[in-house]
Parts: sequence; structure tokens; C-alpha cells
Amino acid sequence: MIHFLLGNLTFQAFLHNPIVMGADAFMGIVGIAVLALVTYFKKWQWLWREWLTSLDHKRIGIMYLIVAAVMLFKGGVDALMMRAQQALASGSNYGYLSANHFNQIFSAHGVTMILFVAMPLIFGLFNLIIPLQIGARDVAFPFVNAVSFWMFVSGVALFNASLVIGHFSSAGWLAYPPLSELAYSPGVGVDYWIWCLQLAGIGSLLSAINFFVTIVKMRAPGMTLMKMPMFVWNALGAIVLMIFAFPVLTATLGMLWLDRFAGMHFFTAGFGGNAMMYVNLIWTWGHPEVYILVLPAFGIFSEVVSTFSQKRIFGYASMVAATASITILSFLVWLHHFFTMGASADVNAFFGIMTMIIAVPTGVKIFNWLFTMYRGRVRFMTPMWWFFGFIALFTMGGMAGVLMAVPAADFQLHNSLFLVAHFHTMIVSGVLFGLFAGFIYWFPKYAGYTLNERIGRWAFWCWLIGFVLAFGPLYILGFMGATRRLYHYPAATGFQPLFIVAAVGAVIIAIGGILQIAQIAVSVKRRALAVDRTAGDPWNGRTLEWMVPTPVPVYNFAVIPTVDDREPFWKLKQEGQFPPREGSPLVRYEDIFLPKRSPIGLLVGACGFVFGFAAVWHIYWLMPISAMAIVAVLIARAFDEETEYRIPAAEVERTERERMARMRASSV
Amino acid sequence: MYFIVLGLVAAAAAAVVVFASTHTVAMFDPKGTIGLEERNLMIVAALLMLVVVIPVFVMTFVFAWRYRADNEKAEYTPTWDHDIRYELAWWAFPIAIIIVLAVITWQSSHALSPYRPIAGSVPPVPVDVVALDWKWLFIYPQQGIATVNMLKLPVDTPIAFHITADAPMNSFWIPSLGGQIYAMPGMSTQLHLMASATGTYEGLSANLSGNGFASMHFPAEVVSRAAFAAWAQGVRNATGTYGALTLPAYEALSTPSARYPETLYASIDPSLYGWIVMKYMSPNASTTTTTIPMSTMAIPRAL
Repeated sequence: MIHFLLGNLTFQAFLHNPIVMGADAFMGIVGIAVLALVTYFKKWQWLWREWLTSLDHKRIGIMYLIVAAVMLFKGGVDALMMRAQQALASGSNYGYLSANHFNQIFSAHGVTMILFVAMPLIFGLFNLIIPLQIGARDVAFPFVNAVSFWMFVSGVALFNASLVIGHFSSAGWLAYPPLSELAYSPGVGVDYWIWCLQLAGIGSLLSAINFFVTIVKMRAPGMTLMKMPMFVWNALGAIVLMIFAFPVLTATLGMLWLDRFAGMHFFTAGFGGNAMMYVNLIWTWGHPEVYILVLPAFGIFSEVVSTFSQKRIFGYASMVAATASITILSFLVWLHHFFTMGASADVNAFFGIMTMIIAVPTGVKIFNWLFTMYRGRVRFMTPMWWFFGFIALFTMGGMAGVLMAVPAADFQLHNSLFLVAHFHTMIVSGVLFGLFAGFIYWFPKYAGYTLNERIGRWAFWCWLIGFVLAFGPLYILGFMGATRRLYHYPAATGFQPLFIVAAVGAVIIAIGGILQIAQIAVSVKRRALAVDRTAGDPWNGRTLEWMVPTPVPVYNFAVIPTVDDREPFWKLKQEGQFPPREGSPLVRYEDIFLPKRSPIGLLVGACGFVFGFAAVWHIYWLMPISAMAIVAVLIARAFDEETEYRIPAAEVERTERERMARMRASSV
Repeated sequence: MYFIVLGLVAAAAAAVVVFASTHTVAMFDPKGTIGLEERNLMIVAALLMLVVVIPVFVMTFVFAWRYRADNEKAEYTPTWDHDIRYELAWWAFPIAIIIVLAVITWQSSHALSPYRPIAGSVPPVPVDVVALDWKWLFIYPQQGIATVNMLKLPVDTPIAFHITADAPMNSFWIPSLGGQIYAMPGMSTQLHLMASATGTYEGLSANLSGNGFASMHFPAEVVSRAAFAAWAQGVRNATGTYGALTLPAYEALSTPSARYPETLYASIDPSLYGWIVMKYMSPNASTTTTTIPMSTMAIPRAL
């Protein structure tokens, strides 16, 4: 009976080694502290009405960023633990982690950083910026947006549950079979991995479709495709990739789960299963995933470089062509992740050459950014420092990448720490630096004041120096023949000094992270000093998001502007039409309709979590019940015909006039 | 501030140079013909890419400095946003380099394909490699002997490795000699290498295979051809000292264990390697090797 109720879940699942117990206790204390604070300040109703049930893309975007920040902390702790283990575990010293615990940590680190940090940062910025940049009042499907967010959160929650109940996968972040099959990984770890990716992946796919429709259908009148801001173009490329790639992930994970749950043989070692098929499929998703992450960052750099060089982006058409070619090419290179699998020289050479071709549009983008600075007026604000850091590291990492795209060279470099150093260079400098730049750049749009520049620069230098120290040695270790994922190595290899340097580098990066927290804290405290006196346009911006006031009204644009230039807001300012005068079409206010809040998204996420948990622990009765609950709440939502509320034109006008008055007062 | 930064970077660079000169960097000091060509290929490719990367670095510094906002003397053209000549130049320039690299890639992919037998002055020595949980089994079909967690190879002799796994996927790699290839259950992959100098080099698995993965190291000892022949003869004759790699012995060996000691076998069951590959094709078949005659069996090639 107990087995029927709880499946494979027993008390044993809660027992861990002291390190994991400590992490659980920390999570518990922080969780209880947050709940206590919300209760103490009587904020439950505010939290529920304004945030948890909100369908406003701005609120959802901020919640994405909060989840990403929390998970960045967790992924960072994972990284420090790995660096500490590898700095210690040489020769007779086996470090402080068991092999299995170490394997769980690097598996979790990869999943965390890619899916629970980079992805929500990107979706957070999509939510916060895309509707504003295209002149829309919300995304195409605000309710689906909430469902996507809460599906993603259910994946994150299931992932974190593995730290407390049971254990996580120790089969690597992509869980290659046959290692991830039941025969070699009998515990619940791989099932947690499957379901946390599955839930978050469905959320990502829904979100991608939502933003695709938003960009295609909801642009302001006059904003043709070739007048879209560069960030929107890059986002569109990433979104197209998501729409094509994520179903592959869903299907692949589904097959692996059927192998494990229902005794099937898609990827098992015997009975006709083919693990090589899995490796192909997972990289058919996994390689586009890399560009899903990096394209939005490219878009951010385009905005940042243009704004801070006080010049139009150079070679817009080239940039669009480069973005489109990267989007298409990224589906034709997946095999370069496993040249060592034994494909023929023809196949390997083809994929190697396709990979190198991607360097061409990427190079074009870099030249276009440089020529945006050329004959510009470059202001060295922190987003630009992150851009320079990106150029320095990304070009080096790109060189390493092209080197590994040569199959004959890759036979040596594959799976070595050179590879680890390469993809960290690309993802940290290309994705994380870009998102940091975007965060600082767009922060005042939502906060109403700019972030502290001085602490921001310190944080940047810690990240840059820390990065070189942490990953420079890994390039050399790769050349020395050090492979990845080693929890211990013989002393005679001579790896230890370099691992110690890498650990020091990781600590410096961590200091950079602490400085970033300090930057935000200090900026909040001294916000009066850095207040955005333009009430919405602190950097003298060029695109539509700088046109709406700060704090951004719930309806974004009181009047949807008509666009006839790539830099519509810049043009309005140049022509003296902003701030708008009496009689301007920008002050012809109308009633605005916006989506009502709804708890259904949160409920769907909660049911998704329960379903995932039941699937992990084989609680058979709970699986159909939670799945049907999702269908039931969605049907209930479908019967709700009053999904919008009206803001009267008079109220819009009052809000807008107040803002104009504030702007005039501060500009005098 | 900037001097501190520069000083730190210089100190780090110096430390790297000192370290690299006192430690062996396997890939830059290859001891095999394939490894040597792979290293040269990396250097050529890296130099070719520097043709683009160095101008990018110089331009970044120069443009950022020259067009800084407080440099009023610099030209400022805020609406200059395209020039077809410039844009064509930086589409064409990387394309030219990629064309050169593509030719190199096509040729080297074929010339250095792991499946391509190496022409040598002597016939190749075959070695069958089996990745187990968590140790390496090396079968010498010509010599009729086998070893665990140690590999002995003759110098200047092409070695034809056939590689499989009776475990999760691994990757067979001796960085000093040349590139790696995956070891997969139910598959037989190939790798051809030739050592050009005697010595003992580090061999390892380069693909995560579970908890004992870190202990999948083995010494690859390259000796003269005569010494190799004498060693093989010695092992074959020492039937009293070393056991026989029969199917029961193999099944005992293949149970999961880490940090397994180096072991020698004076004789082998010649159909064992084929049986290990084929057992995944019919996992319910009898566990005796005789039910699947090797002669009727083609070993499937990966992909």
C-alpha cells in the first residue's frame, strides 16, 4: 500500500552526505526566511495579485531574471566545488568529494548554467524588451506567456528537489546513453534530469512560439522587417531555432524515458538500441541551443555599441544577413560534437567545413560593430566594457572553436579540457557578458536610475581577469592531455599547479559576482544620485523602448507610434517631435484593453511539477491525475470570457501628462 | 589601476611560460606520426585564423581610443551606416580564409582519418581494445596474449586498433601518439597510430563512463620491435605465471571495479573480441562463444 502511494520514494531518499545536507539546510533556511519576511511585511496579497498571477510581460520578465539570478548562484557554487576538488585531487589525495558526487555536480552545473540561467536571462530580456522595441502593449498571448514561465519554474523546482529528495543525474549534462540507461544509472538521477528538462523545455517552446507571433504580428505600424531593431532580429533568429530545436529535445528525452520507464530499447546497448542515434538527436537540439543563447547576446551588443558610439549601427543589412545565415547554418553542424564517433572522413569533413563557415557571418558582425565605433563618439560606460571583454575573449574562443572544427585536430582536442575552456569562453563571454551588458543597459528603463559605474567596472575586471586565470590553464591542460570530468588524476601528470591557478581564477570570478550584487545594492541605496532625469531615456537612446516613460506604464505605449525609420525614437527626437506637442498624433489617447491577471499559469506549473515528481518516483496513480488536472484547469480557463480589462482614455491621458510634466521639470 | 591589471596579466603569462617549459605538453611534443601531423595542422590553422584575429584586436583598440567621446578632434559621422565596399571586404576576407581552411580540412580529414591504415616498412600489429567498467582490456590477436590497464607497442610499427566497449561509451586516447576514437558497446571502431619514439606515455579514457571513470588510465609503453617480440614471447610462454583469457575469466574481469591492477594473460580465446561486440546484437543468446562462430560474423562498423 505504501509502495502504491509513494512509488519508489522512501525515507532513504532524504539521507545524504554532510555536504548535500548542508546545502539542503541552507536552502531550507533561505526559503523559510523569505516566507517569514513576506508574512511579516504582510505582502502575500501583493505578491499574489501583482506578481504570481500577473500576465504583464514586464512582471513575468522580472520574475525570469530573479529565477536566473538564484540559479546563477547555485551554478557558481557548483563551479567552485569542482575547481576545489580538481585543485586537491592529485595522486594520493582524492579530494573531498566522492566520484559520484563530483559527477552529479558537473552534470548539475551544465544543466543549471545553460537551461536555468542563460535561458531565463534571455526570456527575461525578451519579455522586458521585445514588446517595447516593436511598439506593442504586450506579447501576442499573455496567458501562454504565464504558462510558459510557470512550466519553466516547475522544471527549476524539480531540479532543486533532486538536491533534497533522492539525487541528481551523474551522467553528464547531456546524459549520453548507455551510461544514462537503467543498466548503468539505476537511480532516480537521470529521471530527475529528464523531467526537469522536459518541463522547462515545454515552457521554452511555448514561449518561443509566443514571441515568434509577437514579432511577426504585433510590430508598430510602419515597422517593416528591415526596420526592426537588431536585438529583435537576433531574437527572431533565436526563436526560430527554438521552435525547430526544442521538439527534438522533447522527443529525445521522451524516448530515453520510455527506455528507462517502460523497458523500451531506443538507445540501450543491447536489443537493437542505438546510443549513437541519441547522440545525434541530442546535438540536433544542443548545437542550435548554443546559438539560441548567443544570438540574443549579439543583438544586445548591437544595441549597446550603437547607443554608446552615438551612431547608427553599421551595415544593418549585413547584420540581418549574418543573423539569418547563423540561424540556418547552426542546424547543419551538430556532428562536430562527435567527430570521434567513427563517421567516415567525408562526413566529418563536411560538418567541419560547415562549422567553419559559421565563423564568416560571426566575423562580419564583429567588423560591423567595430565600424559602428569608427567615426563615432564612444562613451565608455560599463556595457561597453563588457563589449570589449567579449571581443577579446570571444575571438580567442572562436579561434579555438575553428581549430576543433578541423576533424583531424579534433581527434586530439575532443573532450579535453581545451574543449571545456573553449565552450566556456564562448558562453561566458558571448552569452553571459552580453546579458550583463544588456542588464546594465536596460536596468534604468525599469528602475528609473542607472547602476553604479565604478563598482560595475571593478566587477567587470574581476570577471575578465578571473576568467583568463580560470580558463587559460584549462587550454594548456587540454594540450597536456587532460580530459574533462576527472574527479582525480595521477600526480605524475603534472596537472595540479594549473588546476590550482584555475581555482584561484574561479575565486576571482566569484568576487566579481559579489561585486555585481554590491553594485545593485549600492545603486539601490544611492538611487537619488543616479536618478534618470529624462524619465525614460537615460542613454539618449535610439529605439522605441526609450520612448515609453519610466516606470513603464502597464500599457507600455499610450499611443502606438507609427514607424518610418530603423531608429524611430532617435528620428522623433531629431525632428523635435518628442516630447510630443499638443495635437501630435502621439497624444490622441484611446481606451486601452489589457489582460486580466490569472492564477491558471501558476496552477499549470504546479501540476507540471507534481507530474514530473510522480514520473521520477514512479507514483503511478499521481501521474494521470496531475496530467488531467493540467487539462482541466486549461479547459476552465477557456470558459473564462472576461479576460481583459479596460483603462479609460482619460486615465491614460492623466498618466501621460504627469510624465510629460516630470520630464519638463527635470530637463530645465 | 591599469598598471596593476597589466602587471597581473604579465605575471600570469610568465608563469604559464615557465610552467610549459618545465612540464611535458603532450600535444606539442608528439611521439607518434599521427600526433605530429595533428599538431602541425593545429599550428597552420591557428596561424591562418590570426590573419583575421590580429586586425580585429588592433582595430578594437585603435577605434575605441581614437573615437572616444572626449576626443573632439576625431571625425564624427553619426549617420554613416553603410558602405558596400567595406561590407563586401569583410564578407570576402573571412570567406577567403575559410576556403583555404576548408581545403586543408577536406585533405586532412581523409589523410588523418582514424580508419585509414598507415603505410609502414613493416606490416601493422593489430590490437583489440575493450573498454570495461572501469579498466582497459587489450587483446593482441597475433601474439595470442592480452593485458589489462597496460599497453605495450613496438616503435615505428603501424598499430591497427579495433575498439569496442562492454560498458558505457568511452573514448580511447593516447595524447602523445595521436587522436582518439570512441569505444562503444555493440560497435567496433578503428584507430591507426604509429609511435616514432620509445618511452612510456599516458593513455586514458576521454569520455565519462561512470563512477570509476577517473581510474581508466593506462601506461602506453613503446619499445623496440625486438623488445616487443621478446616481451610477447615471454608472456606467451609464462603460462604458469599468467592466466588464460577464457570466457569465464573475461566475465570475472568485466564485473565493475576501479583502479584494477595491471594484469597479463598468457593465452586468449581468439573469438572473444567478436563475441564481446556481437553479444549486444543478441543479448539473450547463450553465453558461450561457440554459439556464434566468428567466421560467419562481420563486425559492424560504427556509422
